[in-house]
Amino acid sequence: MAHAIAVTVNGTTHRHEVEARLLLVYYLREVLALTGTHIGCDTTSCGACTIIMNGQAVKSCTLLAVQADGAQILTVEGLAQNGTLHPIQEGFWEEHGLQCGFCTPGMMLAAVQLLARNPNPTDEEIRHGLDGNLCRCTGYQHIVNSVKYAARKLAEQRLPAIPTPHAAEAKTR
Amino acid sequence: MIPAPFEYHQPSSVAEALQMLTRLPEAKLLAGGHSLLPMMKLRLVSPTHVVDLGRIEALRFIRQEGQTIVVGALATHWMVESSDVVRRTVPMLGETAARIGDVQVRNAGTIGGSLAHADPAADYPAAILALDAQMVAQNSRGRRTIPAGEFFTGLFSTALAADEILVEVRVPVPSGRSGSAYMKFAHPASGFAVVGVAALITVDGQGRCAGARVGVTGVGPVAYRPARVENSLKGAALDEKTVEAAAEPAAEGVNVNEDLFASAEYRAHLARVFTKRAVLAAAQRAK
Ligand SMILES: Cc1cc2nc3c(=O)[nH]c(=O)nc-3n(C[C@H](O)[C@H](O)[C@H](O)COP(=O)(O)OP(=O)(O)OC[C@H]3O[C@@H](n4cnc5c(N)ncnc54)[C@H](O)[C@@H]3O)c2cc1C
Ligand code: FES
Ligand code: FES
Repeated sequence: MAHAIAVTVNGTTHRHEVEARLLLVYYLREVLALTGTHIGCDTTSCGACTIIMNGQAVKSCTLLAVQADGAQILTVEGLAQNGTLHPIQEGFWEEHGLQCGFCTPGMMLAAVQLLARNPNPTDEEIRHGLDGNLCRCTGYQHIVNSVKYAARKLAEQRLPAIPTPHAAEAKTR
Repeated sequence: MIPAPFEYHQPSSVAEALQMLTRLPEAKLLAGGHSLLPMMKLRLVSPTHVVDLGRIEALRFIRQEGQTIVVGALATHWMVESSDVVRRTVPMLGETAARIGDVQVRNAGTIGGSLAHADPAADYPAAILALDAQMVAQNSRGRRTIPAGEFFTGLFSTALAADEILVEVRVPVPSGRSGSAYMKFAHPASGFAVVGVAALITVDGQGRCAGARVGVTGVGPVAYRPARVENSLKGAALDEKTVEAAAEPAAEGVNVNEDLFASAEYRAHLARVFTKRAVLAAAQRAK
């Protein structure tokens, strides 16, 4: 049986009929053709499929598209605003935070989650906050530097880490 | 990896979910999906009906009721980890939540899902035992309360009946001069607990142990309280030598898990070491 869902991705609301077993990452990649969200392990380990859903970083290989009905989603394609790179993208560029780039979209979205919760993280807090994301190339140090760059830039420009209109985290407490 | 086809149901209240469970006795409940979906993707389970609790906002809360902290079954690990109420009253519960998996897993996984799943390497069971929490289960006829000590019945098994939903976890706020700690030896790849020990220690006027509750996960098929450890701590001085001796039987009488990463002997050793560390850290915080 098909289920009608409405999902807002990077500010655009999409309506589709989907099978219940369709995973969110396949919905993004194959139905919406947003292939910036990668599939690395398909077993919730690598974080390449990380997106921000309702203000929270989640692994889209371990969610059903039907669970995202009504949600606000930010993918890597929504990070740049009007042709200007998001500070985290600029950070990865300036600090050489990537080599092959496969982990980068998920890495950046996990970093954005971290910076939304902790605008001025220490190296250790950055490493802990990116615990769910694996990189097979960089050795991580340049990624840590990239996140610090973004933290400085966001503070300078007084920007929220998760760009509006992508719904900052709802207060849950 | 794609799960086998299933019928998907999305109740918006507990009552509606319970009706579905009555109508579809073979249905599987879905909360955060971070244990169930990986198993469905591997086709270790292929339920014909899935009832998604995710929209029942009434189960997603943390609140204080007098001397009890009530955590709704759908509270995510992140909500527990970041809750001010939890930090003030039962900090060990938040400390435990913060050690689960990674950020993304904690944003999605729920306390109810973790407890109902009863993975032998899950973190919450240790804390739930040491805090002597009560699990509230509901079916179409009403609610009942299951004490932590009776909740975990075996490998991936709990006292929940097929027609019941775990709706909340009630955690008593420790009274007296007490401190608590959760110490975990995480598997380097999976992040799950090879051994995890939660301790709640109450101290008397002389700084001796007035009461001890210890929960151990990862070691046996099911999380447990090592009775002999607790008994020998009672009335004891809380110095390192005494606590080390008291922690000796931490894995006594347990059919200790064994895998490629940790032999039974090594795990039992870790159980003793982490029991000692958790008790000492809890005692330190009680002072
Ligand atoms: C990469 C990864 C790493 C992880 N690391 C850890 C770790 O270090 N420590 C740890 O403890 N856990 C870990 N987990 C497991 C994680 O904590 C899960 O979130 C948790 O075990 C299940 O919670 P859930 O809400 O996702 O439940 P689901 O997966 O939705 O459900 C799990 C089971 O519980 C049942 N269920 C769910 N809710 C209820 C309810 N309210 N009443 C009755 N039955 C219910 C379901 O039917 C299902 O059988 C990890 C998971 C992943 C994917
Ligand atoms: S593809 Fe989702 S975590 Fe690796
Ligand atoms: S840059 Fe290649 S995996 Fe990270």
